[in-house]
Amino acid sequence: MKLDVTYNDEMFQKAPDELRDSEQIRRPSIKYWADVWRRLKQNKLAMTGLILLIIMGIMSIIGTRINGFKYFEQDYSQINVRPNSEYWFGTDELGRDLFSRIWLGARYSLIIGIAAAFIDFGIGVLYGGIAGMSSHRIDAIMMRIAEVIYSIPYMLVVVLLSVVFSTAGAGTSMFVLIFAMTITGWVPMANLVRGQVLQLKESEYSLASESLGASDRWILRKHIIPNALGPILVNVTLTIPRAIFSEATLSFMGLGLQPPKPSLGTLANDGLAGMQVGLFYQILIPAVFISLIMFSFNVLGDGLRDALDPRLRK
Amino acid sequence: MEKLLDVKDLAVSFKTFFGEVEAVRGVSFHVNKGETVALVGESGCGKSVTASSIMQLLPMPPAFYKNGQILFNGEDIVQKSEKEMQKIRGNEISMIFQDPMTSLNPTMRVGKQIVEGLIKHHNLSQDEAEKRAVEMLDLVSVPQPEKRVKQYPHEFSGGMRQRVMIALAMVSNPKLLIADEPTTALDVTIQAQILELMKSIQEKFGTSIILITHDLGVVADMSDRVIVMYAGQLLEGGTVDEIFTNPKHPYTRKLLGSVPRLDMDRSESLHAIDGTPPDLYIPPKGCPFFDRCDNAMVICKENMRERDYHTNSHYSCCWLNHPMAKKVAEGGVR
Amino acid sequence: MTKYLLKRLVMVVITIWIVITITFALMHSVPGNPFATENKNIPPIVYENLLKKYGLDKPYSEQYVMYLKNIIRGDFGDSMKSDTETVNEMIGRGFPVSARLGVQALLIALIFGPALGAIAALFQNKGPDYIAMIISIIGVSVPSFLLGAFLIQFIASNIEWIPIGGWGEFRHTILPSFALALMPLAQTARLMRSSMLEILGQDYIKTARSKGISKTAVIIKHAVRNAILPIVSILGTTVSNLLVGSFVIEKIFGIPGLGMFFTTSVFNRDYTLIMGVTVFYAIILVTALLVVDIAYMLVDPRIRLTKEGR
Repeated sequence: MKLDVTYNDEMFQKAPDELRDSEQIRRPSIKYWADVWRRLKQNKLAMTGLILLIIMGIMSIIGTRINGFKYFEQDYSQINVRPNSEYWFGTDELGRDLFSRIWLGARYSLIIGIAAAFIDFGIGVLYGGIAGMSSHRIDAIMMRIAEVIYSIPYMLVVVLLSVVFSTAGAGTSMFVLIFAMTITGWVPMANLVRGQVLQLKESEYSLASESLGASDRWILRKHIIPNALGPILVNVTLTIPRAIFSEATLSFMGLGLQPPKPSLGTLANDGLAGMQVGLFYQILIPAVFISLIMFSFNVLGDGLRDALDPRLRK
Repeated sequence: MEKLLDVKDLAVSFKTFFGEVEAVRGVSFHVNKGETVALVGESGCGKSVTASSIMQLLPMPPAFYKNGQILFNGEDIVQKSEKEMQKIRGNEISMIFQDPMTSLNPTMRVGKQIVEGLIKHHNLSQDEAEKRAVEMLDLVSVPQPEKRVKQYPHEFSGGMRQRVMIALAMVSNPKLLIADEPTTALDVTIQAQILELMKSIQEKFGTSIILITHDLGVVADMSDRVIVMYAGQLLEGGTVDEIFTNPKHPYTRKLLGSVPRLDMDRSESLHAIDGTPPDLYIPPKGCPFFDRCDNAMVICKENMRERDYHTNSHYSCCWLNHPMAKKVAEGGVR
Repeated sequence: MTKYLLKRLVMVVITIWIVITITFALMHSVPGNPFATENKNIPPIVYENLLKKYGLDKPYSEQYVMYLKNIIRGDFGDSMKSDTETVNEMIGRGFPVSARLGVQALLIALIFGPALGAIAALFQNKGPDYIAMIISIIGVSVPSFLLGAFLIQFIASNIEWIPIGGWGEFRHTILPSFALALMPLAQTARLMRSSMLEILGQDYIKTARSKGISKTAVIIKHAVRNAILPIVSILGTTVSNLLVGSFVIEKIFGIPGLGMFFTTSVFNRDYTLIMGVTVFYAIILVTALLVVDIAYMLVDPRIRLTKEGR
């Protein structure tokens, strides 16, 4: 740090205020959600998931009308056709076009997954929020109840409900499927919301706000909701694939949607029969789409969680 | 006096998303055998990074040594491999951390944690190690040591845990102890006890201590020499007497002025230091204290003063002490 | 601690009771009864006898009390569709098969999952991390029944020693165990990775390193030991997922386990069997959750104390 300057008196004058810039913050400051979005964008895997989901979402709406075949049309001259230029994904044993059926199946799978997740979200936020904001006694009782409900193996309940509300072998209505899946599915969300509320309610910044005279509603609006939103969002994103998976499993057991409406799970179940007679594409194609949907939601959820975690802020 | 540790022009940086953060920028100091050197500064000034770098305990990457040497017993720590460092850590240099609540492994018995390093360094048998753990707990005045060695950290209070940390650090009788804010997280009454304990252990074993703190009360009580760090650089250094009675850098003066004293006049108010330290993501070229200094001069903006020795042991880096700066310096030192 | 255990035990009993009640209520809310819905051509006298045999002619409340009493004695009643076996006998036949499959899968998941996650964390953002994460993403994305189908298609069809399905020898268990294990394996790997990353940033890891012990010792004794705790805490969910998985895996591989009985009973509308298997599953699961809780208390000294303190 040798100095090449020659000193002069001017240098030893008191520095004028313009030279100081302590108020200026050098590091670019970024708004919270913009920062979350920036970090999410950097996560290639999560973005792949998001883009795949957008594509599959659009295709599940328009995909059934693209190649001119109807999902229920049976053409006995065209049964078990392997994928070709006319039938892009081939046909099934009844000669139905699998391309149209896949997108319809994707539509139902997505609807079931998203609906189940949102019902879980609604009940969970309400229940967990009330428990968290209530007195200790009520909170304890509410959580005990939730605990018992959650320790009931949910798949058994789902199966039982499907049995009760469907006629043998005819499948289950979509409403029953969604209802069955949300019957215990809301508990983790309620637990999460309650935990967040309790933690945030006790947090130093809420206390600080309270000590400055803020009302409960203000604290709820300004501190609790914005901070709990992140984890809740992640949970919703990760609930959707779980519901889709449950539906697929049920369908695979023959308890899925009523035919002729397909879900990806029933398509895979039909495909299993095809596989056994050497038509592997019939199971492969629905399998790939189930996996893609699961993959997309999972990586998006993971990416969101990482993007929301301030400890990972770089 | 023999130098145990000699840090020469050390620079440590972190690679981050926004670019390089230069946490330590050309720091030089030494520690003699048996003495206590206090490293003082406000949070984020690079004290802890300096301390961790002496033991190669920084996460690398993102951290890396950019420049300089850390000579310990004449050997450069910067150049040492992980394997070589393992022989030094816990054996010749030990460290105590700030928060005793989180510095101990919650699922391992306290006794085991104390002697874990010792077993590695000296091939002790299980029985000997156990005995040694009890001795160490006794040494740091933990009551009922035989019972306590078998307990888990959560069964200890904060002060007791810090005693355990000291036992853990001293078990191999290291030559150098780095205490990174050892009392910051503790109650004031416990603080004094821990400091007393450290002093008595130092007397017993002749350990050198680097005491990192922002608490000037602790400094006066514990140390022989003081170095003042700011924004990754050393601004002043000297014996405790010199720093407390004759501070030469305006930052040191302000630090001292911001500590309440019993003999203060009631009309005298505490002097907070306005402003914030510079962001080390783009470190200033000149004096880092420029923006907050009352008597900053034109030259300070772009140029950092080199060490200016007032006595053999006392130096500062400030243009105000330059002969040409008489006018401003006299005009308004506080 | 005893107090806590007692409390938990009471909860277990309540949960099982609720499951029994729900099952009973659902099964009896089906319009008509199992014999009426299908075989319309049963002679009236046989029909009456059937109703009598299963107690279906009595009021619901009486049937409910009867059913509860029988379950407490460990009797799930007669199967409505099988003349040769009682529900207890069927469970006794199917459960060991399912249990073996489940335990094998659990072992695979619990050995390889945490190992994979720990390696991924130690090599964060490097090659092994990516490989581990790809495996675990596949694991959570590909449903086990599809994986099972693929394994049959690609492995069992090509390697003679490995059978396509059935049950009997060890080689029959390989593919289904693996298919069943992949999802929990992937989940534990992911959890282990994030938990390891968090632990590696803890102060006590720095303390451990400052003692000069080797990196391996720091990782195994300090990091892994603590990072594995969350995995123990989700073991209950893992067991429950394995159970659901086993329904479909047993179907694909044609394994005569409890899941298979359950699926067929659902199809045959064999109500006593459905109820029996459901309640049995619930008991197994709830007990598993309790065992996991106790295990967690044993491995985490902090919980032990706070629970004692209550």
